[in-house]
Amino acid sequence: MAEVKVAEKKEAAFQFGKNEKKLLVDPLNNDNPVTVQVLGICSALAVTTLMNKALVMAIAVTAVLALSNLITSLLRNGIPKQVRMIVQLVIIAALVTVVELALKALDYNIYKELSVFIGLIITNCIIMGRLEAFAMANSPWRAFLDGIGNGLGYGIILIIVAFIRELFGKGTVFGLKIIGATPDYLINTTESWMFGWYENNNLMVLFPSAMFVIGVLIWVHRGIINKSLVDVS
Amino acid sequence: MHNTSYIIRFVLIMTTIVAVVLSLMSTGLKPIHDRNEAIYNKKAILSAVADHLGADFESMSDDQVIEIFNNQITQTVVDMEGAKMDEQTMVSMGFKDGQAESIDMGKEMKKPEADRLLPMYVYQNGGKKFYIVNVRGKGLWDEIWGCIALEDDLNTIAGVAFDHKGETPGLGAEIKDNIAWKNQFVGKKLFAEDGTYKSVFVRKGGAKDAVHEVDGISGATITADGVTEMMKRGMAYYQPYMETLKK
Repeated sequence: MAEVKVAEKKEAAFQFGKNEKKLLVDPLNNDNPVTVQVLGICSALAVTTLMNKALVMAIAVTAVLALSNLITSLLRNGIPKQVRMIVQLVIIAALVTVVELALKALDYNIYKELSVFIGLIITNCIIMGRLEAFAMANSPWRAFLDGIGNGLGYGIILIIVAFIRELFGKGTVFGLKIIGATPDYLINTTESWMFGWYENNNLMVLFPSAMFVIGVLIWVHRGIINKSLVDVS
Repeated sequence: MHNTSYIIRFVLIMTTIVAVVLSLMSTGLKPIHDRNEAIYNKKAILSAVADHLGADFESMSDDQVIEIFNNQITQTVVDMEGAKMDEQTMVSMGFKDGQAESIDMGKEMKKPEADRLLPMYVYQNGGKKFYIVNVRGKGLWDEIWGCIALEDDLNTIAGVAFDHKGETPGLGAEIKDNIAWKNQFVGKKLFAEDGTYKSVFVRKGGAKDAVHEVDGISGATITADGVTEMMKRGMAYYQPYMETLKK
């Protein structure tokens, strides 16, 4: 009897049903950590000047968030309630250091460009928030999915903001030259009759532009894409 | 509720595990990190002569960088009086392999001025010879530094590469990112016709002197002033040694 019960529980642990799908999809839209919960804004300002930086940051945050959610959830019954925040912080800090060491070995240039921002994943409020709100009360599998979902939800906003900032600020996308004033750009503004007036906007490279872009994104998200987010009562 | 001894045990065991895992990983990856860092520094030096490498600098592989360094570059270390340092003295002073590469300019700049050591790289390609030197100064937020390549008259600038720790992207960081701005330095001269030391001046509002000045960067006046100061002071450090080379 006992064995049957264990087997049942195991099956339940890794199932992927409606609820699990919701964990992955919800943070992308209805419960987006950046545009709905307005968390993790600080790093969204800092690493969105170039798309490859934003992509690496998105991957790093997703990895740290999924793994720290998983570890915290595995330990959740053993973690003493009095020191749980510190324990969570140790888990996050350890994983961030692992990511930092791995990145330093894999791509030193990106590591140099992201510099302090990788270390600052530790202070990303999304991670602490998910550990405290979700991983401490849910099974490891669900916590892991929640981590992936929230990481992607954060990442997708980062990529969108970086796309807008890089394209209009530097005229490039992932370093590919799209629009600019020299012949090596795809659209050469000095010769094109259509884009002769166009000039890359330096403001988009600066931090304030990320504020505007995120603000507009939140507006678009609530006003056009998902009107159910607005409480009309 | 857990009791106090459980909490202490939990925390101790957990921190021990984390510490062991992290230190194992750190030591395990150290050789790769060191190699990456060395190549990054080598690339920074080579980027000052990027136009004279005979190959596309951007797409250069790590092995090519090492090959150029081994075959075409001679490293020299000089002191502030212009004397050449030999390898043994360098090793005894605590520099790993006694080569110019082992010098950390950041640390040198913290020493008293008279004790500073200066790295110099001589790059030879065909019949051409370039002297690459390091300069370091302060930008708006933090340190800035650069590699300056001189032609073999030790007067004309052949190329520059700047880098920075924390200048604002789009403003101060342009000293690293803006290729057109950096290209202005090419052909500028350190000395006036009559032999007086002038260095290169970054002029706010546009260069007035075609031989010794380059345009400033709008919105980055303090960083640009930092570059001016760094060039003037940094290049002067090398002059005692360059005097001996000229003779």
